[in-house]
Amino acid sequence: MNTTSLAIDRVKRTPALRHLVIELLWQVADDDLMIGFRDQEWLGLAPHIEEDVAFGSIGQEELGHAVHYYGLIEALTGDRADDLALLRETSARRNAVLLEQPNGAGDYLHDPHFNWAFTIVRHYLHDVWEMTVLTAMTGSVVEELAQAGTKILGEKRYHRAHQELWLRLLAAHNPQQLQDGLALASQWGADLADFGPMAIDLQQSGVLPDAPLLPKQFADEVTDAFKEMSIDLPIFQPGLNGRQGQHTAALGGALTTLSEVYRLDPGARW
Amino acid sequence: MGLMQKSDGRATVESVYECISHVCDPEIPTVSIVDLGMVEKVTVTDRQIVVVLIPTFVGCPAQPIIARDVRQTLAAQYADYAIEVRFALTVAWTSARITEAGRQALQACGIAPPGRAFGDVACPVCHDTKPVLHNLFGSTSCRSLYYCRQCRNPFEAFKP
Ligand SMILES: [Zn+2]
Repeated sequence: MNTTSLAIDRVKRTPALRHLVIELLWQVADDDLMIGFRDQEWLGLAPHIEEDVAFGSIGQEELGHAVHYYGLIEALTGDRADDLALLRETSARRNAVLLEQPNGAGDYLHDPHFNWAFTIVRHYLHDVWEMTVLTAMTGSVVEELAQAGTKILGEKRYHRAHQELWLRLLAAHNPQQLQDGLALASQWGADLADFGPMAIDLQQSGVLPDAPLLPKQFADEVTDAFKEMSIDLPIFQPGLNGRQGQHTAALGGALTTLSEVYRLDPGARW
Repeated sequence: MGLMQKSDGRATVESVYECISHVCDPEIPTVSIVDLGMVEKVTVTDRQIVVVLIPTFVGCPAQPIIARDVRQTLAAQYADYAIEVRFALTVAWTSARITEAGRQALQACGIAPPGRAFGDVACPVCHDTKPVLHNLFGSTSCRSLYYCRQCRNPFEAFKP
């Protein structure tokens, strides 16, 4: 997608700013690529047929958001968005480790025993974090980031409303399942709301206003939501940090599947 | 496009709008992209026509098809112009951009036009105003699925 404009051109000519914008975009792009991929792995397996439609739609939108973010990186680096999404090594990936985890035990094609409560909890955490980032992004000095923030925020409302509906259903009818899903997510989730040391630069440059405050905003919002459902929120264990390129083997597996066709002939026109 | 007059092949902003008002979203073939509010800006200079489109949803897979159709339609009408068509997010599309004609065309093909909030929807068949939201997500990103308890038809509605 071609979204080049003056603002991106200005960013392109300012190395420090360019670096920050790209780092921020890696996080949101790689997050959405992974969650979108995992969403699609529910196709044909979701709890009922309408849920199949819903998760298919949500996953398609997540991948669409990723395409948009990669397109902005393309405008800054000249690298092809498809290559950025499909050919980068795992150590270059900046998605949260939580989002690369499989949907549960087994494999999509061979004997899947996926975990719906974990899936919903993870998606909800992702939705709240991305919406927190996008809300801040609407105030970015970078025109294209502000525009993407405004537009994508509107779409994320639907995703979040959907996960919240499921959370309330689980809390009311199967709280143990929800608690277990949450426990599983908490093993991986510590890097989700984490910009690391660049938070201050993101704020001071105006690329992402309030960046250092966002992790606490996110944590408060999530804590309140679970408190309201009388569900205990476990401590999110610090471990591998995907924002620094540390990942589990699950990421390599996902990327192998995702890029299988593309790698056959990266120059092919579809 | 055979019925449209070629005039002298000169483009104006108005004539370009007229020309591309015949392009439809492939997923809603009865509603033009102009009536859907997807045309953000048309610029015409001596030798160039630039059309900026905005997506209903960022991940809408119809975008390359719509851009291609707009490009081909303009190229057929204005042979002497360089034509640039692109999607941008310079303005965020919302369902409020759908024109009155667009709302009627949606209704005519059985898709309820958008209301002001979730569930603010009337059945496109019997106009009952208390349908049940069956699935927030539908066959495309821009639609939800409802069920009418009055006439017992399932139907799709544009998301608000
Ligand atoms: Zn009805």
